[in-house]
Amino acid sequence: MSNQPKFKRYIWELPVRWCHWVNMACIVILSVSGFFIGNPVSFGSSASDFTMGWIRFIHFTAAYLFAVSVMSRVIWSFIGNKYSSWREFFPLMTDAGRKKTVRMLRYYLLIDKEVPETVGHNPLATAAYVVLFGIYSVMILTGFALYAQHAPQGSMHKALGFMYVLFSDQGMRLAHHISMWFIFGFVINHIYSAWLMDIKEHGGEISSMFSGYKFTVKKEE
Amino acid sequence: MGKRLEGDGRGGVEQDLLRHDCSIGEILKQRGVSRRDFLRFCSAMTAAMALPASFAPRVAQALDQVKRPTLVWLEMQSCTGDTEALLRSANPTVAEIVLEILSVDYHETIMAAAGHQAEGALDKAIADFKGNYICVIEGSISTKDGGIYGTTGGKTHLERARQVCGGALATIAVGTCAAYGGIAAASPNPTGAVGVMEAVPGTTVINLPGCPVNADNLTATIVHYLVFGKIPALDSHGRPLFAYGKRIHDNCERRPHFDAGQYVEQWGDDGHRKGFCLYKMGCKGPATFHNCPSQRYNEKTSWPIAAGHPCAGCSEPHFWDTMSPMYKRLPNVPGFGIEQTADKIGLGLVVGAGAAFAVHGALNALRRDKEPNEDTREG
Repeated sequence: MSNQPKFKRYIWELPVRWCHWVNMACIVILSVSGFFIGNPVSFGSSASDFTMGWIRFIHFTAAYLFAVSVMSRVIWSFIGNKYSSWREFFPLMTDAGRKKTVRMLRYYLLIDKEVPETVGHNPLATAAYVVLFGIYSVMILTGFALYAQHAPQGSMHKALGFMYVLFSDQGMRLAHHISMWFIFGFVINHIYSAWLMDIKEHGGEISSMFSGYKFTVKKEE
Repeated sequence: MGKRLEGDGRGGVEQDLLRHDCSIGEILKQRGVSRRDFLRFCSAMTAAMALPASFAPRVAQALDQVKRPTLVWLEMQSCTGDTEALLRSANPTVAEIVLEILSVDYHETIMAAAGHQAEGALDKAIADFKGNYICVIEGSISTKDGGIYGTTGGKTHLERARQVCGGALATIAVGTCAAYGGIAAASPNPTGAVGVMEAVPGTTVINLPGCPVNADNLTATIVHYLVFGKIPALDSHGRPLFAYGKRIHDNCERRPHFDAGQYVEQWGDDGHRKGFCLYKMGCKGPATFHNCPSQRYNEKTSWPIAAGHPCAGCSEPHFWDTMSPMYKRLPNVPGFGIEQTADKIGLGLVVGAGAAFAVHGALNALRRDKEPNEDTREG
């Protein structure tokens, strides 16, 4: 469809790409290890084995990595370029953002035919990422609150004291478990949308997450 | 004079008051409790309070000299299981010491007096020892419709709790009902049952939940007060840290099987007979703070997990509601009816999302897109 020459433009800086792929790897590791913690399989053949111990060790290590990665991305949204800025995540706050959102929504709902080509984030995607980061917060807080119970009255247990007021202990487990399914729902949406816009925009949507570059008709000012 | 409390003729209030002047050591000597039994008891209490063994002589010294505190025991909406747990201790010597340490001036279940005489004993005790007596409450307190669902001696439990707890040095809520409302407060809670802390706010309440309370923890709480002159350190639920400071899961004798990956898969299977971990059978040990694994029940005889049953989480707030279903790891998802597990709902969500995007993708493949023009193009 597009036969115009294109310029390459640097969109996703290194920390943005690293956070993206570290998050992805952590979600895969945490989901698999978390599944075995929730529904363990009797792998142990003797009481001297440590299979559940290792699964939990992997889960907790990945959890720390994930928490650091998510926090780094939040901090980067105040440091990085305009495409990574926190402003991108609240498109409904500005007039231009609202217009862009409406166009994108009309395209997604098969009403408009004109492809709304975006350079940085798709406004519908960033709105979804805000919800996703909310789910990440629930995951990180419930996860560390459950983890901290091995050392009651310790510093982590005290710092997360408000969690034990907000949730019952089992309620925390349920929230932690069901949030994993919400993330799966997001992942399906995310992979599909990236694939769809890669096809429709011809801007290198998927490869941009590896290289950082997208391809645009207009030259960068 | 009889050895057991029941044989003491509890109606004789005057006789009891005289004995307040004697120290615990003197009373035990009068009652023929041997020094060896007394020291064994002190060691057991030191261990229950999670203190090093070197504290045992200090406990013994303090108990030798201290005067007996007056104690009144009120029954609210309860099954009397906590009283049973205290009275039916397997080792009579320790049980005797427990009862002799306390001057139990009023206890509805075991006192000989009845009617106005009994109520007179309570009134006298709380008037004579105002600000200095310990109140033990067993059972939940009904608050709905003015608290009329639970009355004793013509007064509602709420009124009695306010009257007695208000003048007490401290109130010890024994059992899960007194601590958090227990089974009476379970949904739908028809009597508006609550625990003592909620019913009588502003008073000093120590919660000793459990179904029933472990009598050793009750005695240790009182001994802690007698030895150190203050109530023990409490957690955010008002429970003494020495007894509720660690998770059952972290001190469980079956923990090696959990870490190894050896689980009971169904009742009576090979793993169950070999004593494997009960995690998959819905054990709430990972969510429950109590010293059951080390203190056990009935003079350290046994406790649920040792007997092959998963922990029900009985010492946690509102466990009837929050810890159910008893034999499953996770609660049911609220609003989705019974038997809808998080995994079923999550799988439905994922399949639904997958199907929706497959349809969207198919529709997109069929449509003809339009290139954006110079004005609408962003980049």
